[in-house]
Amino acid sequence: MSKDGTDRRNEGAGEQPATEADLAGRMKRLSAKLDAVHEAEARKTAAETARQAASGASSMGRAFRLSAEFIAGVAAGGLIGWSIDRVLGASPWGLIVFLMLGFLTGVYNVMRATGQLQVPSDKKDGAGQ
Amino acid sequence: MADPIHQFQIKNIVTLGHAGAHEIAVTNSAIYMWVAVALTAILMIGGIGRAAVVPGRMQSIVESLYEFVATTVRNSAGTEGMKFFPFVFSLFMFVLVLNMLGMLPYGFTVTSHIIVTFCLAALVIGTVIIYGFYRHGFGFLRLFVPSGVPGWLLPLLVAVEIVSFVSRPISLSVRLFANMLAGHIALKIFAGFVVTLLTAGAWAVLSPLPLALAIALTALEFLVAALQAYVFATLTTIYLNDALHPGHH
Repeated sequence: MSKDGTDRRNEGAGEQPATEADLAGRMKRLSAKLDAVHEAEARKTAAETARQAASGASSMGRAFRLSAEFIAGVAAGGLIGWSIDRVLGASPWGLIVFLMLGFLTGVYNVMRATGQLQVPSDKKDGAGQ
Repeated sequence: MADPIHQFQIKNIVTLGHAGAHEIAVTNSAIYMWVAVALTAILMIGGIGRAAVVPGRMQSIVESLYEFVATTVRNSAGTEGMKFFPFVFSLFMFVLVLNMLGMLPYGFTVTSHIIVTFCLAALVIGTVIIYGFYRHGFGFLRLFVPSGVPGWLLPLLVAVEIVSFVSRPISLSVRLFANMLAGHIALKIFAGFVVTLLTAGAWAVLSPLPLALAIALTALEFLVAALQAYVFATLTTIYLNDALHPGHH
């Protein structure tokens, strides 16, 4: 970087009658900007790795998350089906239909949590993140 | 070997009375919750009470906690979501302090009871539903209609989305409860192995192995305790974001 800087400085001195102080000021401003960019970049990558470490540190945590998503889907389907049976007296059809939907939802939940689901308008990442 | 489930038993401390056949009592669970609220209040009042430009120890803890949760809320729900900040922050602190209290030796883990975590999750989903209908009226139901889906698939996907919405409080509560329960049981079992091996004659040579594992698990449990509080808060903000913007999710 410093080599590049001196190159440009020589060039500038050859072409334009810019003063030494002018160029030095420009250099200083440029390097300050560069430093800021580097710092921001470093902070971003640090945050990213910290997050990855936090989620990757426990594969158990990940397993719990995904299994909870799946179980919750099936349980919710079963719950809805059971209450429909209770209220409407449609036994066993409510349970049959909604348990099936529950399994579907479980898979859907897991796919969304792992980011497998690519809905075009999906701006945000899956619910499990 | 010691019973690994014993630590989760609810004990009545003071019996207040009876409602029908049901006993109403102050339990160890209730006392731990009060302690958690008191600790949080002490930390917050102690940290903010003497607010200085150059923060002291307490104040910097409180400020970093605030910054952490505020960043989470802003990232997931935007600046509009900041009106829910007190709610999310209270939930985060409550779960975090309860999880950490559970890590004390002889401590009781309130969050390892699914009824507690389910109540917290029901509070979140109740807020989402009530605020969603209050803010958007029936437009809130757009939440259940995914966009960019072929027409013949739409009825099925709407049904799946509805079941998925019902599954949210379940997954939110099951995740926290299962993590805490399984972690504490595993810790107890490995600690029990140490004692069993020590009393098993020559096998006592092997006893450092489960001891090392128990120490490693303790560190992991502290991580899980903090992480689950964070995950609970993050998911809360994601669900609240659905209440704010039901159209595009």
